[in-house]
Amino acid sequence: MPEPKQPEKLIDDKGIRIDGRRLDQLRPIKLEVGILDKADGSAYIEQGKNKILVGVYGPREAHPKHIALPDRAVLRCRYRMAPFSVDERKNPAPSRREMELSKVIRESLESVVLTDLYPRTTIDVFIEVLQSDGGSRCAGITAASLALADAGIPMRELVAACAVGKIQGHMALDLSDAEDKYGEADLPVAWVPNANLVTLLQMDGILTPNEFEKGLTMALDACKTIHGMQQEALKKKYLVIKEVAEEREETEVVA
Amino acid sequence: MMVIVAEPKQVVAPGELLAEGDHVLGDNSFKVGTRIFSACIGIFEVDGTRVTVVPLKGGYFPRVGDLVGGRIVDVGLSGWTVDIRAPYEAMLPASETPGPRGPRRRDLSESFDVGDMVLSQVLAFDRTRDPLLTVKGPGLGKISNGRAVEISAAKIPRLIGRKGSMISMLKRETGCQITVGQNGVVMVWGKSPENERVAVEAIYMVEREAHTRGLTDRIREMIAKSNVVGEVARTQTA
Amino acid sequence: MSFTPQLPPVAKLEQKTVADLVANGKRIDERTADSYRPLHIQVGLIEKANGSAQVHLGKSKVLVGVKVETGTPFPDTPDEGVLTVNAELGPLASPLFETGPPSEQAIELARVIDRGIRESKAVDMKSLVLLKGKKVQVVFVDIYILDHDGNLIDAASIGALAALASAKLLKAELKGDEVVYKPGLHPLPLNNHPVAVTFAKVGKTIVVDPVLEEEQVMNARLTVTIEKNGNICAMQKGGLSGFTQDELKTMVHLAVQKSSENRAKILAAAKG
Repeated sequence: MPEPKQPEKLIDDKGIRIDGRRLDQLRPIKLEVGILDKADGSAYIEQGKNKILVGVYGPREAHPKHIALPDRAVLRCRYRMAPFSVDERKNPAPSRREMELSKVIRESLESVVLTDLYPRTTIDVFIEVLQSDGGSRCAGITAASLALADAGIPMRELVAACAVGKIQGHMALDLSDAEDKYGEADLPVAWVPNANLVTLLQMDGILTPNEFEKGLTMALDACKTIHGMQQEALKKKYLVIKEVAEEREETEVVA
Repeated sequence: MMVIVAEPKQVVAPGELLAEGDHVLGDNSFKVGTRIFSACIGIFEVDGTRVTVVPLKGGYFPRVGDLVGGRIVDVGLSGWTVDIRAPYEAMLPASETPGPRGPRRRDLSESFDVGDMVLSQVLAFDRTRDPLLTVKGPGLGKISNGRAVEISAAKIPRLIGRKGSMISMLKRETGCQITVGQNGVVMVWGKSPENERVAVEAIYMVEREAHTRGLTDRIREMIAKSNVVGEVARTQTA
Repeated sequence: MSFTPQLPPVAKLEQKTVADLVANGKRIDERTADSYRPLHIQVGLIEKANGSAQVHLGKSKVLVGVKVETGTPFPDTPDEGVLTVNAELGPLASPLFETGPPSEQAIELARVIDRGIRESKAVDMKSLVLLKGKKVQVVFVDIYILDHDGNLIDAASIGALAALASAKLLKAELKGDEVVYKPGLHPLPLNNHPVAVTFAKVGKTIVVDPVLEEEQVMNARLTVTIEKNGNICAMQKGGLSGFTQDELKTMVHLAVQKSSENRAKILAAAKG
């Protein structure tokens, strides 16, 4: 597949981005919980063109035994991109970028999982990027929180994540792949609302301290919105079963 | 000062604020300062001053005294390793089997071999070691026939029902003997494979719809539609 | 090097249940011996791929992506493009799979799917040439297992065909040293539609489309890939036991019938 051409402008004269969004607008997000059968917990996210599936296993006996910790669970996280997930087919062998992202994602989730309830076990999080379009590590974290909750693993709270960046001199929310590639900075952020702490923060590019502060505020506002969506997605599954089951009951009584 | 913030009997998510004040912390709730939060996705229950979240999903966490169904995964020198669907593998020492003490090494697999299902009881368990099981006790030991169903351990209370109402109804209506392991392993013995099949379907239905109203009636109806012969009607409940 | 794998001990009780049911003409999920589980195929989910298909076969879930890039031909076939099939049986899909390089199971699956496509000449390899001996198009078929509940080979075969049949490419041309793409999407030229049908032998009974519980108790497995004219274009026997001649004849005939049914579903989904 040929690489898409560099767009002439990332923002037009009316302040509209190439996909029609304003600077402070999130891409459409769809969240689904519990779609896999074998995994203990699972979640799926679409954010713009990102399509990411997360599966969680555990807590389970640590294998190999030597990685186990005596007083808490080990959290293992693997961020992986499918070969067909990007414009130019990616070699299936693990890349250094995937290893780095696996680490920062694990660290962002580790603070919320109540790991000391399960000493000597592992909790495994598998993040599979089926299609990537900028901000995949953040979308991955958003879905991973849901997958952990879906597995029934006790957590302090959910982690929400979103990236901001600088394009054509302006701070913009939730960069797409093209904006990340041709923009001036990319800043992924993950946040926990109750503790009010940023648990993932990276920056790529150049930003003034003021630009950083502005961007961070935009990102945290977006994380608040995303957190609301996460809670809704988690509860929705059970509310649907409840409604369907009770509806059935009502129609039978009437008949 | 004690304030309930979330709505009781409703679904709550991890990190959701349940209450503020000096409530007693039940399962799956935790306190930060004066605020009490949910640690999982579940139903919020308030019982006097106690706040609890009953999980909608989750694996089995061993407790001493629990009846559990497990699968032998290894035969060792002095006992067996058993998969009880928990975060930890369990150990069944040879000394915890009935009969004369200390079977010899080569006798162990004659009692229980890899792949056998055993009904056992949790004898000991703490943070520092794997659960210890025993099969000394009435009804415990190897399961040689019938069907073993695995459901989420979180749904076992619903499968049993208030004062055993759900499980008694299932046994009666399907004509099956059903033994419920706390770890989500349910053993079913029926007079025919068809009876067993209906019982299995009913058990999965409980797992799926545990948190809804009117479940007992819906299941009774499903069983009635299947035309299996249950127990002859008696005037007393089982 | 291949060695007898550490098999997860399956409960003997479960083995007995499955084997008993099958011997009595029933299966653990109520199917007949010659039925497939419910099959759902959806194409076009991955826009960045030239073609993609998601297959739900019972609870097994597979995603296949097809990407066409440019590359160099193999030295012994300068007038042909390149086809490469890769499969990932990752730990997401099952506690039975581990992280790491492809296992022998993943490699076998990929090669069986590859053989079906190659031997049936499904992809017109000559049409992929841009400059003989120097530049050709390379068709990557990447199979991603998402959820393992048995018979991944058939699910992958269905996905691969659906992804190939629904793939859209730009027309590539060589202008000097550079590859230039002309606007306008065209389907990938497909001359055949191979479909794999897998059987499992449980005790003395043969069942089609084994579910995971059946795979764990089967003695032997056979995959027969049939091309659109009803000929066999690939076969693969697996497992430690064997089949009789009669069993083999019966399976081949059933494979022709079943592949035809599934082929119709695949091609219908690829149009959508």
